[in-house]
Amino acid sequence: MTNDINGIKSSDVALIIGSDTTEAHPVISARLKQAVIEGKTKLIVIDPKKIKLADFAAIYASQRPGTDVAVMNGMMHIILKNGWEDKEFIANRVEPEGFEALKKEVEKFTPEYVEKISGIPAKTLEEIAELFGKAKAAAIYYAMGITQHTTGVDNVKSTANLQMLCGNMGIPGGGVNPLRGQSNVQGACDMGGLPNVYTAYQQVANADAQAKMENYWKVKLNNKPGKPMTVAFDDAYEGKMKAFYIMGENPMISDPDLHHAEEALKKLEFLVVEDIFMTETAKFAHVVLPASTYAEKEGTFSNTERRVQKLNPAVKAPGSALHDWEIHQLIANKMGLNWNYTKAEDIFNEIRAVTPSYAGMTYDRIGRYGLHWPCPTTEHPGTPVLHVGKFTKGLGTMFPIPFKDPAELPDAEFPTYLTTGRILQHFHTGTMSRKSEGLNNLAGPHVMISVEDAERIGVKNSEMVKVTTRRGSITTKAFITKRIPNGTAFVPFHFWEAPANQLTNNALDPIAKIPEYKVCACKLERA
Amino acid sequence: MKITINGKNIEAREGQTILQAALANGIYIPHLCYHEKIGAAGKCRACVVEVEGMRGLQTSCSVMAKEDMVVNTCSQNALNAQKLVIDLMLSSGTHDCLACEQNGNCELQDAAYFLGIERPSVQYGEINREFDTSSEFVYVERNKCISCGRCVAACNTTVVNQVLDFGHRGHHTEIVFDTDKKMGESSCVQCGECVQMCPVGAIVDKNARGKGRLWDLKKVETVCPYCGVGCKLELHVNEKTNKIIKVRGVEDAPVNKGMLCVKGRYGFDFVGHPDRLTTPLIKENGQFREASWEEAIALVASKMTEIKDKFGADTIMGLASAKVTNEENYTFQKLFRTAIGTNNIDHCARL
Repeated sequence: MTNDINGIKSSDVALIIGSDTTEAHPVISARLKQAVIEGKTKLIVIDPKKIKLADFAAIYASQRPGTDVAVMNGMMHIILKNGWEDKEFIANRVEPEGFEALKKEVEKFTPEYVEKISGIPAKTLEEIAELFGKAKAAAIYYAMGITQHTTGVDNVKSTANLQMLCGNMGIPGGGVNPLRGQSNVQGACDMGGLPNVYTAYQQVANADAQAKMENYWKVKLNNKPGKPMTVAFDDAYEGKMKAFYIMGENPMISDPDLHHAEEALKKLEFLVVEDIFMTETAKFAHVVLPASTYAEKEGTFSNTERRVQKLNPAVKAPGSALHDWEIHQLIANKMGLNWNYTKAEDIFNEIRAVTPSYAGMTYDRIGRYGLHWPCPTTEHPGTPVLHVGKFTKGLGTMFPIPFKDPAELPDAEFPTYLTTGRILQHFHTGTMSRKSEGLNNLAGPHVMISVEDAERIGVKNSEMVKVTTRRGSITTKAFITKRIPNGTAFVPFHFWEAPANQLTNNALDPIAKIPEYKVCACKLERA
Repeated sequence: MKITINGKNIEAREGQTILQAALANGIYIPHLCYHEKIGAAGKCRACVVEVEGMRGLQTSCSVMAKEDMVVNTCSQNALNAQKLVIDLMLSSGTHDCLACEQNGNCELQDAAYFLGIERPSVQYGEINREFDTSSEFVYVERNKCISCGRCVAACNTTVVNQVLDFGHRGHHTEIVFDTDKKMGESSCVQCGECVQMCPVGAIVDKNARGKGRLWDLKKVETVCPYCGVGCKLELHVNEKTNKIIKVRGVEDAPVNKGMLCVKGRYGFDFVGHPDRLTTPLIKENGQFREASWEEAIALVASKMTEIKDKFGADTIMGLASAKVTNEENYTFQKLFRTAIGTNNIDHCARL
């Protein structure tokens, strides 16, 4: 998030697009609902599914899955046509060439044209654009509904275009606010758990960054960016990737096209899995290493608003399970290095030394409330709102984004849109939440389908439905609801009994290499 | 501003009520319906005080502090009224403390203790309201409910789930879920905010019942392991059994202000689950066998070195984790970049 959670109530308008906030980020949803009932904020919800927040929205619109670029281009078209853009912001904060190119691109996205693509009535889009465009401070909140597309990067750039156009960057209550889905997904990125960067996004291909890290680690480093996970699985499938070391992840549930992922793992010469349970993935391992849970360790997590917070140990790990860092140290030293960490704080202090955005944080300063990065010095209070007065790179860049269809659209054989995501009661691949009897009693595997589709295929609530795509099929219970539009089905991906990712398309965004989990074509049948 | 409470000069802030100013200065006034998060309700009348120049008794939770105000919280009049309120509350419910989950953490008990009430002076008659055990995680005992309305306010204005309300009339008034459904059959999402706000033992964590009393449990603040919001949790742990008994949201945490969801508050079974991995495992002839750390680490190091030498470092891939700490992601990528010599590191940020 460019902005902070406490700033939610400073928004005059919040646009929720591609986030079922109440299910996936319940406490942020509560903060948004508070802002609405206190009369501070108006919500605009754009989502194919009529999510719970739609009940609190001033305007709700259901777009066809995968048409977000058209919708946002349409909003910008209307905003520009009516002169609601922030002229001062555009003059002072963005590169003029990009703005001109964007203006030219959105020219053809008239409300009528967007209606044809997205299904959102022209009049509704005009109302949305007016409410958003005239707001003094408007925020955008999104999650994987924006990113898990073959046009994921285009979608994200469109949210940035819209926010720069309306001057909503660097102000309280504004911003581009992706809601991050896992406790430390922000931190895993910040710490260089990515193929192309060291900590704080210092490029591995940049000679200065390489020299800095070589100097600190006293090891010669490889300057060739590595493979993203989705590509590495393809390489393993083709026999080009020989070994995987998987820490606390369960790709046998989370990866697209699971049959392909399984074949890939089986072809590996060596697979190490470090986890807390014998996961679906660990079963394929040659060596399994027992690790610790959040409740057993000290360390830090960085949340969705870049706030670094402290974990403290409450219980002891079972048996001889170790902390993940202890395992890494054992392996590193066995491979001839000389690591001497005695506690998590030693590692944190090394992180500070090589990570400019964390340099000013100490365990003491993080204390009970945490600190937002960037926090470059020990006197710095942290940065709840990014891009105030100036973007990191200077002027902001707007990009003209043409509309592209998703990789797979419904056709005669597979006539229904399939989209996947989370539900409140479970989390990701279920390694943690599915161990709770209570949570399992509250929610199990299902497919959400519309009343019309249920009648068409002749099923009643809780009867079994077979969902088939070009990749595979699952059979699961029907959850018939008015919240899903006719012609769309939603499958939560937490359940090994009915794995959504046996159905999903592994078509990737060309830049981010993220799979298109939010759109593919399926067939529904009574099972 | 300066005000005087019980003859003591204290500093009150603009916008503070008498109750808030008193509590901030270490002066206790019995109160049950007021909570910092949901504000004044003015319902329970336990917080009545005398204010010079104002007629009758005043509810200190709803009267704003003013410059030079003179307040008496323990005059005979005030104490008599406070006692009567608490006495009637005790009379109108089954406030048995012996096996109550909230014993030692009960605001009604605190008030009775402060006022020296051993048992209620009137017997109200048979009270036998239904227990609601229908919810997975929340246990509702309406016999202990004092109708303070905190849970109703919390459900409607804090978490805005709009499930709880008061139903029925007069003497029969009680908290209800949706249109007087069983909690487990209502639209309740079991976030547990009502449990956290209940000042007595009427709404409690179902699975924590009988598993440890407040003073037996160690409290540790940490961060929720689920989504990326980063809610602060207080784990209540039985050190003897090494088990988490219950979880509270940290009220002054800037991220969640005490709120949690059903997973953060109740989804902790995995930590102490019998299926946890407790020892390294090595696969032989398609079957896992237990191994020592020494053996497992030696095998991992030698296989990694062998593959690196034979096929090159870039044929080894590491998946870091969005569920482990910064420190552990740092050591993981350092291991790959220094010991193995590849940038093939990624995690499921995209999935």
